[in-house]
Amino acid sequence: MAESAPEYSKVDKIIESYSCEGSALIAILQEIENLYGYLPAWALRRVSEKLNVPMIQVYGVASFYDAFHLTPRGKHLIRVCLGTACYLRGSARVLEALEEELGIKNGETTPDLMFSLQSVHCVGACALAPVTVVGERYFDKMTPTKVRNVLRRVQSKNEKD
Amino acid sequence: MKKIRTSQELKALRNSLLQRRDPNKPCVRVCLGTGCRARGSADVVEAFTNEIKKQDLEIQVDCKQTGCHGFCERGPVVVIRPKEIFYQRVKPHDVPEIVSKTLLNGEVVDSLLYTDPASGQKVLYEYEVPFYKKQARLVLANNGRIDPTNIFDYIAIGGYQALAKAITTMSCEEVIDTVEKSGLRGLGGGGFPTGRKWRLCRKAPGDVKFVIGNGDEGDPGAFSDRSLMEANPHSILEGMIIGAYAIGANQGYLYVRAEYPLALKHLQIAIDQAREYGFLGNNIFNSGFNLDIKINRGGGAFVCGESSALVASIESKMGEPRAKYIHTVERGLWNKPTNINNVKTWASVPLIINNGADWYAKIGTEKSKGTAIFSLVGKVNNTGLVEVPMGTPLKDIIYDIGGGILEGKKFKAVQTGGPSGGCIPEELLDLPVDFERLTEAGSMMGSGGMIVMDEDTCMVDVARYFLDFLQYESCGKCVPCREGIKRMLEIITDITAGRGKEEVLEILQELAEMVKDFSLCGLGQTAPNTVLSTLRYFRDEYNAHVRDKKCPAGICKDLIEYFILEDKCIGCGACLKLCSQKAIQGDPNKLHIIDHAKCIRCGICRDACPYEAIMVK
Repeated sequence: MAESAPEYSKVDKIIESYSCEGSALIAILQEIENLYGYLPAWALRRVSEKLNVPMIQVYGVASFYDAFHLTPRGKHLIRVCLGTACYLRGSARVLEALEEELGIKNGETTPDLMFSLQSVHCVGACALAPVTVVGERYFDKMTPTKVRNVLRRVQSKNEKD
Repeated sequence: MKKIRTSQELKALRNSLLQRRDPNKPCVRVCLGTGCRARGSADVVEAFTNEIKKQDLEIQVDCKQTGCHGFCERGPVVVIRPKEIFYQRVKPHDVPEIVSKTLLNGEVVDSLLYTDPASGQKVLYEYEVPFYKKQARLVLANNGRIDPTNIFDYIAIGGYQALAKAITTMSCEEVIDTVEKSGLRGLGGGGFPTGRKWRLCRKAPGDVKFVIGNGDEGDPGAFSDRSLMEANPHSILEGMIIGAYAIGANQGYLYVRAEYPLALKHLQIAIDQAREYGFLGNNIFNSGFNLDIKINRGGGAFVCGESSALVASIESKMGEPRAKYIHTVERGLWNKPTNINNVKTWASVPLIINNGADWYAKIGTEKSKGTAIFSLVGKVNNTGLVEVPMGTPLKDIIYDIGGGILEGKKFKAVQTGGPSGGCIPEELLDLPVDFERLTEAGSMMGSGGMIVMDEDTCMVDVARYFLDFLQYESCGKCVPCREGIKRMLEIITDITAGRGKEEVLEILQELAEMVKDFSLCGLGQTAPNTVLSTLRYFRDEYNAHVRDKKCPAGICKDLIEYFILEDKCIGCGACLKLCSQKAIQGDPNKLHIIDHAKCIRCGICRDACPYEAIMVK
C-alpha cells in the first residue's frame, strides 16, 4: 500500500509545538496519528531525529500502544466491541460476519482503503450490547444478520457525500 | 472573571447563584452520557431547544444537558424538574408533546413513563424507579443533576466548599488524618487505604511531588470511571486539589483512556474553568499553595492501569510495570514521590471533608467503608451504573436493582473485577460485596465491572475469553505472565475445541497457580483468577468438555450442532435464504434440513427462524 509522501513541515510543526521535548513522544505520535490515520515510517524517523530519541524507542512506543497504527487505514473505521458484555451477547459472531462480508480479517483494511475492521475491548456503552461503532456512529443490539444492512447504509451515505 | 480567594467569596458566589435560580422553574434534564448519546439523545436536546424557542418559552423553561444518569438500558433518559418526572426512551418526535403537556401544564405523558416489570405499574418519578430506589448514591449523586460543562452548576450544589474548608481551616496532617479515619480505600480495585498512601507520599523525601488521577478504565465491561469523568469532572478535580495540598504536590496529571472522547473533553473544560476561578493555579485560596493539572491521553493498553506502567506511559515510554519493591509513593513519575488514585477515590474526598470522617465510616462494612460502584452489565434486565453501600448482597444488586435475568433465563454466575476477577456461582448470591468477601470468594472488587451470566453462557468459554484478552494485553516483560497466560490459553482453547483430555485440568490448575505467584505486576498475578474460580465452581462444565466432548451451554462451536425441529418447521425458507454456506436444504413449505458438513455454526439461521424451530445440541 502506498505511503503518504513525506510532509516534513507539517510534522515539524507538531514536534515544535511540544518544544522538541522527548517526554512528549506519545502526545506527538498521537497528533501525527490523528493527522494521517496512521504513523508513516518517514514521520517516525523525523520524530526520532528531531527529539533525539533513538528510533528503537520511537518504534517501541509506536508498536506497543493500540492507539497507533503503522499502515494506512480505511476511510471508515469499523470497531466491533468485544468487551465482556458485548461478547456474552454474541459480538464475536458479529465480527465473524463482518470479516466474511468485507473479505478481510480483524485488524486489516480493505484494498480500496474503504473499510478498516478492528475489534476493541469495551467502548463503555454496555447497555447497547453488542455494539459496533462505524466512525462516530453507534449501532446497538447488533446481530450477524444486521451486518449487511449497516454496511449498505455506510456505503450509500458515502456515495451521497 | 475575578478569582475566588476566600471561603466568603465562594459562599457569596454560591448564594448569588442560588438566588438567581428558581428551584421551581421547570427544567428539562436530558442525559448526554455515552449510552444515551449513542441512542440519539443529542437529537432530543436539539428538538427541545427548537421547540422551546418555537413556543417562545426560553424565559420560563430551562433545558440542561447532563452526564450519565446511570439507567443506560432505558436511554435516552429525560428528567423534568421540579417534580423529577422520569421519561425514558424519548425520541425527538415526543418532544412537542412533553413541552406542551408536562412543561406548560404539569400533565404527564403516560406513554413515556417507565413500567416496573415486577408490578406492571407505571412509575412517575425518577427516585421511585426500582433501579434507583435501592441505590445509595454518594459519588454518583450529582451525575444527572448538573451540566458537567458549567462550573456554576457545581458551585451551586456546594462544589469547592470542601477545598475551601481543607485549605483555609485544616492543616495538611489534619486532611490526611480525616481521610485515614474515614476508612476510604482505593476504588480502582486495589483497595489500599487512601489515607495511608497519602501519608507515605507526604513523608517521602523530596520537594517535587506529583498526584495522578487514574481514569484509564481498561476493563472490558466497566464504565463507571467514564460516567463520572463525563458527568461530574469537577468533583474529581476538587478531590485531587485537596489531595495535592495534603501531600505537598504542585503538579497533577489525569491519565484518561483515549477511547473516552467525551470524558477528555469535559475534564479539559473543567480544568480550564477551575483555573479561571483560581481553584487551580497559584496561591489557591490565598494559601501560597500552587497546583496545575494536565491531561494525558492513554494509548490504549490495559496494563497502563497498573501504577508503575501508568507512570512509564506519562513519561512517554512503553507501559511496562516494574517490580513492586520500588514504591510509587517514594519513586514514581520522573523518580519523584507520586500519589496515584482512581478518579472515583478522588471524587470521594470532597464528600469526606464536607461531612466528616465519622459520617463516611458509618457507611459500609467493618473493613470496607463507603460505597461500591458497579457497572451492572451482561444478561441482566437493567444494564446501568449502580452505587450501593459496601456490604450489599450480590442478590440485591442483581435482582432488586438489576431486575433479574434477561428473558427470564436462569442465573449461572456473576463475574466481578474484570479480567482480574473471578466468577461467583449461584450458591454465593447472598455474599455481601466488599473488598474482603469478594477476594475470599476467588474474585475481587476490581474497577467495578459486574457481569451477569445466564444458563446460555459457557464458563469454559468465559475463561478462554479473559485469557485471550490478557495474553493480548500482557506487556511481555516477565516470563510467567507472558508465557504462562499463553499456555493456559492454548490448553483452554483445546478444551473448547474438543481436543482437551481429562488430565489437562490438573496442568491448567498448576499453571494458573504458578502465574499467580510469580508474575511481576497485578495483571499477571490476577490473570488466572477466572480460570481458578471457574475450575473451583464450575468443574462439571470442564468435565463435560473434556470427557463427553459436549458444551452444555451450546456455545463452543466445535462441540455443537444446529438442527431443525420437525414439528416446528413450516418450510418458510427464512433460514435457507440467509445461510452463507448453503448448508440448508428444503422445498418451500416442506421440512428443511441442515447439512452438518457444510454448516459453520454461525447461528444466523436460528436468529432468523420466526418459529423457534432451530435448536443447538
